[in-house]
Amino acid sequence: MRALAGDAARRLRSNPGAVCALAAILCMVALALIGPWFSPNGSDALDWSHVASSPALQSAHWFGTDRLGRDLYARTLEGARVSMAIGLVASAVSLVFGIGYGAIAGYVGGRTDQLMMRIIEILSGLPLIFFVIFLTVIFGRSEYLLFLSVGAVGWLTMARIVRGQALSIRRREFIEAAIASGAGTARIIARHVIPNVIGPVIVYATLTVPQIIMFESFLSFLGLGIQEPHASLGTLIAEGAGEMEAAPWILLVPGGFLALLLLSLNLFGDGLRDAFDVKEG
Amino acid sequence: MVPALRIEDLRVEFTQRGARIPAVRDVSMDVAHGECVGIVGESGSGKTQVFMAAMGLNAGQAAVGGRVRFGVADILGAGPSELNRVRGSKLTMIFQDPMTSLTPHLKIGVQLAEVLVCHAGKSWSEARAAARRMLERVRVPEAARRLTQYPHELSGGLRQRVMIGMSLMCEPTLVIADEPTTALDVTVQAQIIDLLRSLRAEAGMALVLISHDLAVVAGLADRILVMYAGRIVESGGAGALFRHALHPYTAELLKCIPSIFGPQLARLPTLTGQPPRPGEAFVGCAFAPRCPRAAPRCWTERPLLQDVSAAGAERHTAARRVACHFPLST
Amino acid sequence: MLRYFLIRLAGAVPTLFIIVTLSFFLIRAAPGGPFDQEQTLPPEIMANLESAYGLNQPILTQYARYLRALAHGDFGPSFKYKDFSVTELIGQGFPVTFELGTIAVALALIMGIPIGTFAALHRNSAADYAAMSLAVVGIAIPTFVVLPFLGLLFGIYLHWLPVAGWEPGSIRHLVLPVAALALPPLAVIARLVRASMLELLGSPFIRTAIAKGLPLRTVILRHAMRPALLPVASFLVPAVASIMTGSLVVESIAGLPGIGRYMVQGALNRDYTLVLGMVIIYSTLLILMGLLVDLLYAWLDPRVRLGP
Repeated sequence: MRALAGDAARRLRSNPGAVCALAAILCMVALALIGPWFSPNGSDALDWSHVASSPALQSAHWFGTDRLGRDLYARTLEGARVSMAIGLVASAVSLVFGIGYGAIAGYVGGRTDQLMMRIIEILSGLPLIFFVIFLTVIFGRSEYLLFLSVGAVGWLTMARIVRGQALSIRRREFIEAAIASGAGTARIIARHVIPNVIGPVIVYATLTVPQIIMFESFLSFLGLGIQEPHASLGTLIAEGAGEMEAAPWILLVPGGFLALLLLSLNLFGDGLRDAFDVKEG
Repeated sequence: MVPALRIEDLRVEFTQRGARIPAVRDVSMDVAHGECVGIVGESGSGKTQVFMAAMGLNAGQAAVGGRVRFGVADILGAGPSELNRVRGSKLTMIFQDPMTSLTPHLKIGVQLAEVLVCHAGKSWSEARAAARRMLERVRVPEAARRLTQYPHELSGGLRQRVMIGMSLMCEPTLVIADEPTTALDVTVQAQIIDLLRSLRAEAGMALVLISHDLAVVAGLADRILVMYAGRIVESGGAGALFRHALHPYTAELLKCIPSIFGPQLARLPTLTGQPPRPGEAFVGCAFAPRCPRAAPRCWTERPLLQDVSAAGAERHTAARRVACHFPLST
Repeated sequence: MLRYFLIRLAGAVPTLFIIVTLSFFLIRAAPGGPFDQEQTLPPEIMANLESAYGLNQPILTQYARYLRALAHGDFGPSFKYKDFSVTELIGQGFPVTFELGTIAVALALIMGIPIGTFAALHRNSAADYAAMSLAVVGIAIPTFVVLPFLGLLFGIYLHWLPVAGWEPGSIRHLVLPVAALALPPLAVIARLVRASMLELLGSPFIRTAIAKGLPLRTVILRHAMRPALLPVASFLVPAVASIMTGSLVVESIAGLPGIGRYMVQGALNRDYTLVLGMVIIYSTLLILMGLLVDLLYAWLDPRVRLGP
C-alpha cells in the first residue's frame, strides 16, 4: 500500500496543472481561515460612510463594500469558510454513507445487491435539484434540509465504486479463505479490501468536494440554502448579480473566488485520478 | 523489369517511455509482378511491421528509415494524399482478424463499394453491382443478401472472403495478406488458401503472404523469406527452402510441421526458448541462444545476409541467401 | 425495431405513474403540507382548492379526481397566483424553456462533437490543450457564475448584448442564456468525443479503412463517428437533466418567463400544485428523452437492433 501511495505521489508531482491547483487550494483555504485577521473589518459591520464603494487597496475596504456597507473582503472570506466547511462535512457524510451502502451491496450480493443497485440507477437519473425543491416546498426552507440534500450529491458514485471493489474482493476472498482455512477473515479484509478501495475512494472524494460546494452555492444562490444574514459564496454571488451594473465587484470578488476554488479542486481531482489511474467500475 | 515492390534498408523503430524499440532492422527485399512471396517468422520477428510501414499504417507511432518503392513511386514516408492514390486500389492489404477488421456498423455492401466509389469514381449503384460480382468471385453464397448484412452476421470464413474481396475491388498490383488464416478454423483455412490460389491464377496479381505457419505458406509461395528478430535470416525459392533449409532456425521451423507421412512421434518437436523481446539489445546473432549449432563467434559477430546461390544457377531461379556463420550445408 | 421501441414505451408508463402517485401522496401526507388545517390561506385560494380537490372527500377519491384531471391536462389551480391555473402557467412558460433548452442541447452537440474530434486528431498539440483546458473550465465553473460574468463582459462593458429581459421572437436576448446553459454539456461532450475518438483511432477496423486509401474525412465520418458517439448518446439524458437544472438559474438571472423561473418561485412561495405540476412535466421530458436515446443507440450500433 505504501508503494501505491509513493507511485501515485510521483505521478502527481510530474503534473504541473495538478500541483498548481493544489497550491491554489491551500492558499485559498489559508486565506479563508486566517485572512480575516488582516483586515480590521468584520463581515457584519455596516459602514454607512462607504456604501457600495469600489475596491481600493489604500482604503479601509480592500475589495470594496456592498449595498449595506459591509466589507466585501470579510464577507467573501466568511462565505468561503461556510462553503468549504459544508463541502468537507457533507463530503465526509456522503463518503461514509456511500462506502457503507456500496460495501453492503457488494458483500451481500445476490438479490439485495441487485435491488440496491436498481435504486441507485433510478436515483442517478433524477436531477437532485428537483428533489430538493420538492422537499423544500413540503418542509419549508431549513438548513438541515440543505445539509441532507447536499450530502446526497456524492454518495451515488462512491457507492458504485465501493460496490465494484467489494464484489471483486468477495470472489477472491472465498478462495483466500479456503486456503487460509478460514482464519483471519478480518485480516484479509484489512489487508486486501482497504488497499484496493482506498485509491478510488480518495480520488472520488476529492472530486465530490467541488460538486458539493457547487450544489450548495447553487441552492444558496436560488435562495433555498443558506439564509441571510449568513453568507455563502452562493448568496454573495446572487447579491452581486443584482448589482452588476452599478457595482460589479460585488459579483466579481465572490464569483472569482468560487470559480477559482472549483477550478482548482477539479484540476487537482483530475490529476489525482490520473495519478492513481482509476477507472470507474 | 521494375519490381512491383522494392524495399531497401527498411528500419522501423518504436518509442515507448523514452526507450527506442527496433522492430525491423535493415530489411531489403523485392516482390516481382505476379509472384507470391511468403514471409515467415514468429511474433515479434517484424514480419508484419515491414508491411505496415510500407503501407504507411504506423505513421506517428514509429520512426521509419530506408526506402520503399511501389512501381516507380517512393511511398515510405509519403504523405496521406500520395499514399491514398495507391493504397486500397493498387496496393492492398488483408488483415488477420476479420471480425475486428471490418467496420461493425456498416453493411458489407457499403464497405466493398466504397473502395470503387473512392478510387475509381464510380457511382454507388455501379459500385454495389461490382461488389455483388466480387462476392460471387470470392465464393460467398447468396451474394445479394450478404450485401445488406453486417459483419457480425457472417461467419469467420465468410468475413475473411469479404476482406479478400475488398482488397481486389480495384484490381491491385500487389496484395499483402497478413496472417489471413490465423483467426480461422483449420478447415476454413484450407478453403481460404485455395481461394487465394485460384484468384492469383485468374488475376495474376502479386501476393505477399505473411504467416508464422510454414505449412500455410507452403501451398502458395514461389519464394520464401524467413525473418527473426527484425531481420531476414534466410530466403530462397519455396521448393529449395523446403527441400533443404540453410539456416538453423528455418530447419527447426520445418521440423515443427506435423506430417502424416513422417514417422510417428511421441512428442511434437518445438523450438526451445523464446524469441528475443522487441527492443532487447544483443550482440552477435540473435538466434544464438536457441541455436543448436551456436559457437563463440556467433555471440560476438552478427552474420550478414549473403548470397549463396549455386554458381551457374539458372537466371529465373530465386536467389538463395542466408545470414549465418555456420549454415547447414547444401 | 418498432417492437423494441413499443416495449420500452410501455415500460415508461408505470415509472411515470409511480412518480405521479408518490408525489401526490407525499404532498398530502407531509407535515406542514398544503392541506394541513393549520395553514391559513386567503379565502379565494381556499375556495379554488376546495372545488378542485374536494378536500373533504376521502383521500382515494381525491387521488382519483387528480388523476382524471391530469389525464385531461389539468394540473389544478395555483397556490399563489389566484387567477391562474397551473396548466395556464405551464402553457405560458413551457415554449420559452423548450426553445432555450433545445437550442442549448443543439449547440452543445454541434460545437462539442467537432471540437472533441479535432482535439483527438491533433492530440497533444497546443490546440488540444487549449480545448481541453476550456473544457475543464466549462465543467468546473457553475452556470450561475458564468452567466453574470458573461453579462458583465458582453452586456455592460461591451454593450453587444442585452444582459436580461426577453421579447418574443428576439434572438439577442437568448444568446447569453443559451451560451451559459450550453457550456457545461458542451465541455463534457468535447471530452467524451475526444476520448472515444482517440480509442477508436487505434482499432483494427479504422486501420483497415485507412489501408483502403479512403480520405481521412471519410474514415472519420463514415467509419469512426458512429461508434465514437455512443458515449455521447449515453450522456444525452444527464445532459438534458443538467440543462433543466441550469435553466432554473438562467431564467431567474436573465428574467426569461419560462417554467424554470416558475419552479424556483414555486419553491420559495411554497406553491405546491405548481411544483407538483412542474415535477411531472420534467419527469415526463426525461423519460421521453430516455426513449429517444434508446432509439439512437439502435441506429448507432446495429448489433443492438436485432435484439437480445
